[in-house]
Formats: sequence, C-alpha cells, structure tokens
Amino acid sequence: MTSDLTPLPSFYFLMVAAALFSIGLGVIVTKRNAVAVLIGIELILNAVNLNLVTFSRHDPSLRGQLFALFVIVVAAAEAAIALAIVLKTYQYFRTADLDQVSDLKN
Amino acid sequence: MEFIDRIFSTQSLFWFLSFLTILSALMVVTSKSPVYSVLYLILTFFCLSGHYIILNAQFLAFVNIIVYAGAIMVLFLFVIMFLNMKEDEAETSPTLIRTLATGTAIVLGVTLVLAFSTVKVAAFNPMAFDSQVGMVKNLGSVLFREYLLPFELASVLFLIAMVGAVMLGRREAGDRHF
Repeated sequence: MTSDLTPLPSFYFLMVAAALFSIGLGVIVTKRNAVAVLIGIELILNAVNLNLVTFSRHDPSLRGQLFALFVIVVAAAEAAIALAIVLKTYQYFRTADLDQVSDLKN
Repeated sequence: MEFIDRIFSTQSLFWFLSFLTILSALMVVTSKSPVYSVLYLILTFFCLSGHYIILNAQFLAFVNIIVYAGAIMVLFLFVIMFLNMKEDEAETSPTLIRTLATGTAIVLGVTLVLAFSTVKVAAFNPMAFDSQVGMVKNLGSVLFREYLLPFELASVLFLIAMVGAVMLGRREAGDRHF
C-alpha cells in the first residue's frame, strides 16, 4: 500500500472541476427548458464546491470546506425559489421553454 | 496481493470516480428526457461525494448526498412531473446554437485547464494529514466560533426562501386544481 501514502495532486481535482464547469455551461446554453438550465447551474455550483474542498486541503483553518457548506445552503434556497418561479411561469405561459417566455422583449 | 492493492488504491479509485463523474455529466447534456437528466445528475453528485471523501471532507460528502441528491433533486423531479413535459424534438435548441454552445464550453474548458496548469499549487504534505479534519466536531467548532453570523444569516435566508416559495406556489382564487 505504498502508493496510498503519496497524496493525489490537487491538479487532478481541478481538472475534474474544470470539466464539470464547462459541461454545466454547455447545459445552460444548449437547453431551452427552464428546469434543464437550473440543472446546469447546479452542475456549475458543484464544480466550484470541488475546487473549494480541494484547496481546503492546504488550509488547516477549514475555511474552504465551510464555504462549500454555505454554497450548498444557498443552492438549496435558490433551487426552491427558482422552481417555484418556473411553476408559476408555466401556469401563466403554459410552457417551460425559455425562448417563448418573452413578454418583456418588446 | 500487490495486484489487489493496486486495484483498490486511492489513485485507481480517483480515476474511476473522475471518469464516472464526467461521463454522467455528459449524459446530463445528451439525454433527451429531463427525468433522465436529473437521474444522471444524481449519479454525478454521488461521484462528487466520493471525491470529497478522497479529499478528507467526510461531513461535506454526506451533506452533499443528503441535501443535493436527497432534497434538491427530489424537488426537481417533482417539478418536472408537474410540468408534464414531453420528450419531444423541441427540447433542445437548433443545430447552430448547439454547435456554438459546445464550442463555447470546449473553449472555456481549455482555458480553465491551461490556467490551472500554469498555477503552482504546493504539493500536499502527507505529514500534515489529519483524518479528523473533515468531521462534524472540527467543522462545527469553526462554524459556531468564526462563522456564527453567516450561520444565522443562512437561517434568515431559508426563512425568506420558504416564505417566497409558499407565496409563489400558493393557489389563488380562480386557479385550477392541476
């Protein structure tokens, strides 16, 4: 088990987080469904969390992990409000397509 | 015996988890039905919890599973079922926008990779390793000593979010009953 004693470089974790962030951005831009766009936002928030926890390894004061905890808290509140708004717009416009919710456009 | 050790080492576990994370995140993009998107997202969150455990953040790993995979994703599934969305062809944007979006995401990814590869992160010192650092006791003592004000503000935020969600989701007189 000698290989376990050398810890994994932080660079690998940053790579995973970067990939997740890009995929999240791809979801946000590609999908037209409001719920799918919210899914992309959740992916991006998780990528940021992974970055914070990775750098928290170098910091004994645990600031990174606590910040990640607060990110989770705010994400929960955001998801609840955003989904309530999506339900309300669906009741009004009869669609969840973001391109068709364009009453403020003109 | 050495072979078994190598299979179950942290390195191979990390590569397996990373592969699964990115694969399931890609499946979130490519799957047509939003229900499958959410299910793949839950798989992504479980893999990320594995990453957190490798990074010695055990409490955060379980909070991630409980809050994200347990609460938020159930909310997403409920809303998708309320919306009664069909998996039709109008789900995704036209081909031009999709190509541009993929290009943008790839450019952003390459930029992030290049930026991270120039950053010199100091190698983690194995002697400084403390297995208890991500446990509830340590996190709690830091949270209630140094971060008491943000903690209380988070409770106010949740109250506001709860009131707002109830107000938005309330049925008004004349609304139909689903």
